[in-house]
Amino acid sequence: MDGTIQTTELMKSGAEALLRALKAQGVEVIFGYPGGAVLPIYDALYQQTEIRHILVRHEQAAVHAAEGYARSTGKVGVVLVTSGPGATNAVTGLVDALMDSIPVVCLTGQVPTHLIGNDAFQEADTTGITRQATKHNYLVKRSEDLTRVIHEAFHVAKTGRPGPVLVDLPKDILNNPAPYGEPSFAPHRSYRPRTMPDPQRIEQAVAMLKRAERPIVYTGGGVINAGAEASKLLMEFVRLTGFPCTSTLMGLGAYPASDPQFLGMLGMHGTFEANLAMHGADVMLNMGARFDDRVTGRLNAFSPGSKKIHADIDPSSINKSVAVDCAVIGDAAEILRAMIAAWKRDTHQQDRGALALWWQQIDVWRAKQSLRYTQSRDPGSIIKPQYAIEQLYKATRGRETYISTEVGQHQMWAAQYFKFDKPNRWMTSGGLGTMGYGLPAAMGVQVAHPDALVIDIAGEASILMNIQEMGTLAQYRLPVKIFILNNQYMGMVRQWQELLHGNRYSESYSAALPDFVKLAESFHAVGLRAETVEDLDRVIAEMLAVDKPVIADICVDQKENVYPMIPSGAAHNEMLLGPEHQPAAGGYTGGSITDEGMVLV
Amino acid sequence: MPDSALRSATISVLVENESGVLARVIGLFSGRGYNIDSLTVAPVERDRSKSRITIVTTGTEMVIEQIKAQLDRLVPVYRVLDLTREGPHLARELALIKVVGTGNARQEALRLADAFRARVIDASTESFIFELTGATDKLDAFLDLMRPIGLAEVSRTGVAAIARGKTTIE
Repeated sequence: MDGTIQTTELMKSGAEALLRALKAQGVEVIFGYPGGAVLPIYDALYQQTEIRHILVRHEQAAVHAAEGYARSTGKVGVVLVTSGPGATNAVTGLVDALMDSIPVVCLTGQVPTHLIGNDAFQEADTTGITRQATKHNYLVKRSEDLTRVIHEAFHVAKTGRPGPVLVDLPKDILNNPAPYGEPSFAPHRSYRPRTMPDPQRIEQAVAMLKRAERPIVYTGGGVINAGAEASKLLMEFVRLTGFPCTSTLMGLGAYPASDPQFLGMLGMHGTFEANLAMHGADVMLNMGARFDDRVTGRLNAFSPGSKKIHADIDPSSINKSVAVDCAVIGDAAEILRAMIAAWKRDTHQQDRGALALWWQQIDVWRAKQSLRYTQSRDPGSIIKPQYAIEQLYKATRGRETYISTEVGQHQMWAAQYFKFDKPNRWMTSGGLGTMGYGLPAAMGVQVAHPDALVIDIAGEASILMNIQEMGTLAQYRLPVKIFILNNQYMGMVRQWQELLHGNRYSESYSAALPDFVKLAESFHAVGLRAETVEDLDRVIAEMLAVDKPVIADICVDQKENVYPMIPSGAAHNEMLLGPEHQPAAGGYTGGSITDEGMVLV
Repeated sequence: MPDSALRSATISVLVENESGVLARVIGLFSGRGYNIDSLTVAPVERDRSKSRITIVTTGTEMVIEQIKAQLDRLVPVYRVLDLTREGPHLARELALIKVVGTGNARQEALRLADAFRARVIDASTESFIFELTGATDKLDAFLDLMRPIGLAEVSRTGVAAIARGKTTIE
């Protein structure tokens, strides 16, 4: 977008010009919280009906709600908060969106331009604080820049590798008259992300894949971000090639989990078959993932024998931690479209015999049933968390279901046992690992999809980090279901303390928990509790039947750990399948973690 | 890691001359743990709309490629050019060097300055200030010689660099 505004019209306030720009960008909903510096915007919001404002209870939740909205719709989520504490409270959400590449525009109030730098009341150096927390940020110092900057902010947030963009708005800019300019379609002066792949690289990648004997496709959040079309093309490509497909946490749903060519999630808590296939592959296609440390395990033992193809929209993702043999820069949908065409054009015959042998090997690994667990059905038996997720999944099949999570063991169990067959149905804090993400994210999803079933799979510790949003659910009658796997511990911390720190459960016990049933009731919601296995299905059924917000407190086994697990500093072929399991192969001998592994998180 | 050998890179970055752009570049280096051996910045367009940043850094090949990709990703960055990689280039910096002393040391300082083509831009009975322009190693060599004979204070600009021949950064 160019600096020149073609047609301008003077609006009576910057706030009105701002709202007109938001409408021109297609904004329907804003998640926000008022305060002194943004009062002009709230006054302008009051006098119109096109943009809906959702009043959150904490600014961090406003950003997570916008993220949930964005992830479930593919649109840009919009946040409006005041200066100073409003902006600083939003920082965690911004970094979350940055790490997971979620398009968000965050509007922050600022003290009037003449007071900037004076330590004025509720002043913070918002652009300074958020420079490393956003994809880009702006401070609007002149009224004539206002609407150009707003349009540009949306452009930057949603194009290329998406991310959060912050616009800091001094109060005088909002109060004074300001010219309105329409969005420009001229290319940006310096920001021009590349979306179309280099055809030569496509040919090279396809030639490598055609000759593969033990191929694997490894997909990530980039496929989701590229839109529903990319997921369809991924399906077409994987079917066309007959390759096995695995996914990162962020990519779940891009390829249908119920399809036989899907191996499940890979990485630290990935399936046996996904990790061993990654370890044994001879050609790997990474489509929109970033070789995150949760996925790779020990880098020098990660997929050691494979030629690697990395398709990503962000050139800085290439060769960042894993050196690759073929890099393809572009949008995942464009790359997949080009690869399908090139695959069909390429006359080289695929070695289907080798591929069949590879599938035989994968089926042997699959037969291990690495996600197996034992649930006693005797009356009074304690509920296994895995079983709770499986029963929830069964009960929600056939409904339009969206799942968010908090962060920890419950998040991993949700990723392992809830099967996602469509993109944009799974909202989780992958990169930053933000406890307290799930409830506000679910809120944003429910705002975007009022008739859908939206469930936050939570832990009893995480849920307390943004529990105030129960008030928002009540105010807007958002029937979000909160499904708490309550093991009375910060479970993932407890699991690591058990495995790495000699069972010294330092500060990981959730003492003095609230009564979640009464807590729900006090927030005008329905509270339910399942204490033993025979309660579970009834509680799930009741939860799903109620057209109101619900907290279902599911009391689960306190001792259960997430398996399979690749211990810190170990390789994919050194994974632990369960508490009594000896490692599958290789150097890891079980029991203690190496010194190098101890320092990893 | 395929290549753990360190190399030095001189990188030119053409940026929009807007507030905060230098902070973005510096924040990227500190946030991601990259080295800055030298950094200079000044507007280069007549209307002051663009600035040129010259960064000298050290890292493995993989890290230097990362630095370039990360710089290129910043919204106000027009162009990133690795002068060390792209071909022959010139790199110069300027130093103002204060040498304090009397007698023989003073004479010696003047003789060495002459040999290095350093200009005397200020003098008092007990001091000289030399202005010296050149490649970083030339400046370093001059300063090493001055140290035992009264080097008192140094101000260096850092490196400005440009590719040889008719090709330009844009």
